[in-house]
Amino acid sequence: MAFGAFAGGPEAAPGVAAAQRKSRIVLLLLLPGVIYLAITYVAPLISLVLTSLQSPSPDLAIGSYVYGFNVGNYVVALQTYAPVLGRSFLFALTATVLTLLIGYPLAYFIGVTLRRFPLLQSLALVLVIAPFFISFLLRTLAWKQIFSDEGPVVSFLQALSLLPHDAHLTGTPFMVIFGLTYNFLPFTVLPMYTSLERLDLRYLEAASDLYASRWNTFWRVTFPLSLPGVVSGTLLTFIPATGDYINASPSFLGGLDTAMIGNVIEQNFLVLQNYPVAAAMSIVLMVAILIPVAIYVSATKTEDLL
Amino acid sequence: MTAFDEAGADLELRQITKTFPGFTAIEQLDLTIPAGSFFALLGPSGCGKTTTLRLVAGLEEPTAGRIVIGGRDVTAVKPHERPVNTVFQSYALFPHMTVQGNVEFGLRRRGAKDAAARAAEALRLVQLDHLATRRPSQLSGGQQQRVALARAIVNRPALLLLDEPLGALDLKLRREMQLELKAIQAEVGLTFLHVTHDQEEAMTMADTVAVMNHGRIEQMGSPQELYELPRTAFVANFLGQSNLLTGEVVTSSDEVTVVDVAGSRLAVPTARAQRTSGTVTIGVRPEKLLLVTDAPTPTPGVNVIGPGRITDTSFAGVSTQYVVEFPDNPALPAVTVFAQNLVFGSTLNPGAEVWVTWSADHSFGLVDAAAPGSSFAGDDEPSEAAAAAGEA
Ligand SMILES: Nc1ncnc2c1ncn2[C@@H]1O[C@H](COP(=O)(O)OP(=O)(O)O)[C@@H](O)[C@H]1O
Ligand SMILES: [Mg+2]
Repeated sequence: MAFGAFAGGPEAAPGVAAAQRKSRIVLLLLLPGVIYLAITYVAPLISLVLTSLQSPSPDLAIGSYVYGFNVGNYVVALQTYAPVLGRSFLFALTATVLTLLIGYPLAYFIGVTLRRFPLLQSLALVLVIAPFFISFLLRTLAWKQIFSDEGPVVSFLQALSLLPHDAHLTGTPFMVIFGLTYNFLPFTVLPMYTSLERLDLRYLEAASDLYASRWNTFWRVTFPLSLPGVVSGTLLTFIPATGDYINASPSFLGGLDTAMIGNVIEQNFLVLQNYPVAAAMSIVLMVAILIPVAIYVSATKTEDLL
Repeated sequence: MTAFDEAGADLELRQITKTFPGFTAIEQLDLTIPAGSFFALLGPSGCGKTTTLRLVAGLEEPTAGRIVIGGRDVTAVKPHERPVNTVFQSYALFPHMTVQGNVEFGLRRRGAKDAAARAAEALRLVQLDHLATRRPSQLSGGQQQRVALARAIVNRPALLLLDEPLGALDLKLRREMQLELKAIQAEVGLTFLHVTHDQEEAMTMADTVAVMNHGRIEQMGSPQELYELPRTAFVANFLGQSNLLTGEVVTSSDEVTVVDVAGSRLAVPTARAQRTSGTVTIGVRPEKLLLVTDAPTPTPGVNVIGPGRITDTSFAGVSTQYVVEFPDNPALPAVTVFAQNLVFGSTLNPGAEVWVTWSADHSFGLVDAAAPGSSFAGDDEPSEAAAAAGEA
């Protein structure tokens, strides 16, 4: 490329040829990745779209469908499950805001305050990642035990009369949001930590030299400079949290009326064997996430930093 | 802190000490800078110039001592409440803001209504108004430096701290900005504390120069004073070049002190000598020396050393630099002579036998003794340090 750009006149041709040869090598190197993406991403996506348009087979056997163009699946999906979709977004959004509120100060503490103590900094990072060493199913079940009706938290709150005697915590929206926040916190903290760890403190000094109070310095310099980490951290929480089906499942922290869209898709797929509706729901979910995420990313203007 | 300062304030550092863990950067520094002056702090890399500025700006806390700006003790005042702005050595321009946004930053924090217009005016002053919408990363080093300058000046601080603000500029632009800075300072009447390791810059720009070394002020005065009458070997060699000769005092009267340097009796006016007994080092600037090819007759008031041999000549346009060594008297260090090229071509060639003479009135006597071999400092030394200094 560079050679081509500088070469002029009669010498231009060899330069361009070299550039083309180079780009062919680049394509060759990209090939394994492209094949991998085609097999693992594009093919399932096409299959998903085709499934979402299937009709029940004429013999009406359960779980048996034929290919068609049955847009009705989408109508069913949207009509039946619009409230669930709304609840998914509400839960995921609340959990994302909570992880941000808890995670940003934590990331700041590890990335900036602990900078002078590299050993403590590494230790704190290990502690953030430590929960990953135990399966998150087990950890979520452990929380169910802790918050169960006979568990210490409920008994304690009842003893203080902060909870009525017939109250539960498990199975409530509170519990589902708690689980989402807990499980996704490291995914929010790590990207924000990466941004804050690289933050050049001389900018903060310059701001204070230019009459900015600590509050102003934070909002006008620190936070904008850490925005790439905030955006990727919140996306890494919001997107998977919206489709999560573990925390909200009645077997874990959820109840019968806390179902999120992941639970509904799971149920349609594995229990009701209504594959077309499950597929249609998946696509609705995908589009429903893509739209707000695209708006969010373009509003924070960090697409080049992600 | 809402009012903009109409005039500069004076700065007073009283017995400031700053220690970092295991290292004393500033030692009992006393410094008074009168309001409205252009003050240069000159010193080699690592001598504590940046630390001094950071202490004044409030970005660093002194270990001991007090800082007084305009009569007010600001030692415990937060940086954003001090009437001070800094042009940082690393510029520290906010990367997420445009040039205009950077320059407006300070004005907006103080609630100035016409921030945009004043920022535009400051950018015009540094000839960057056409780049106002760019990001700092899209500017060259020199342009970034000028933005940093505009960002500080626009606030009209009572005290402006400049940390090697012209270091990244090429020579022509540096000269231009030096004049520009001086004009700005004269126009707005603010107090400028200008840090540099470039002795020429300090001498041409400042009313008063303080030469700093190892966290201490070695000498302070007008550029001419420092040049004509350096008190220490460090100042004599950091500010221009000097020939330093060490010997024993033979006689000392109110008018003149005579020093025996390796057999030559050299006179220095007592008023220009810091010490008048024991072993002393006297010095003379290379351009004050004359070369003669015949043994001069002894004349009162004229110092002579020689005979010696020219070992090196280098032509430098307006002058020729000669190095004279004394093979007959190895105790005498080599001497550098600058001769004006008043006539066409250089008149003396290497190997020629010469005597070096100068008017005794041009000698100066130092407080300290020159370290062996340091009698001559190449005049490109400070600028080499400048090139290597970088962020130091
Ligand atoms: N935060 C710090 N911790 C330890 N030493 C420091 C610190 N800041 C500066 N120093 C040391 O103090 C000395 C003076 O530094 P500085 O003021 O930056 O010098 P300069 O005159 O080049 O601007 C240097 O030797 C430097 O290494
Ligand atoms: Mg410095």
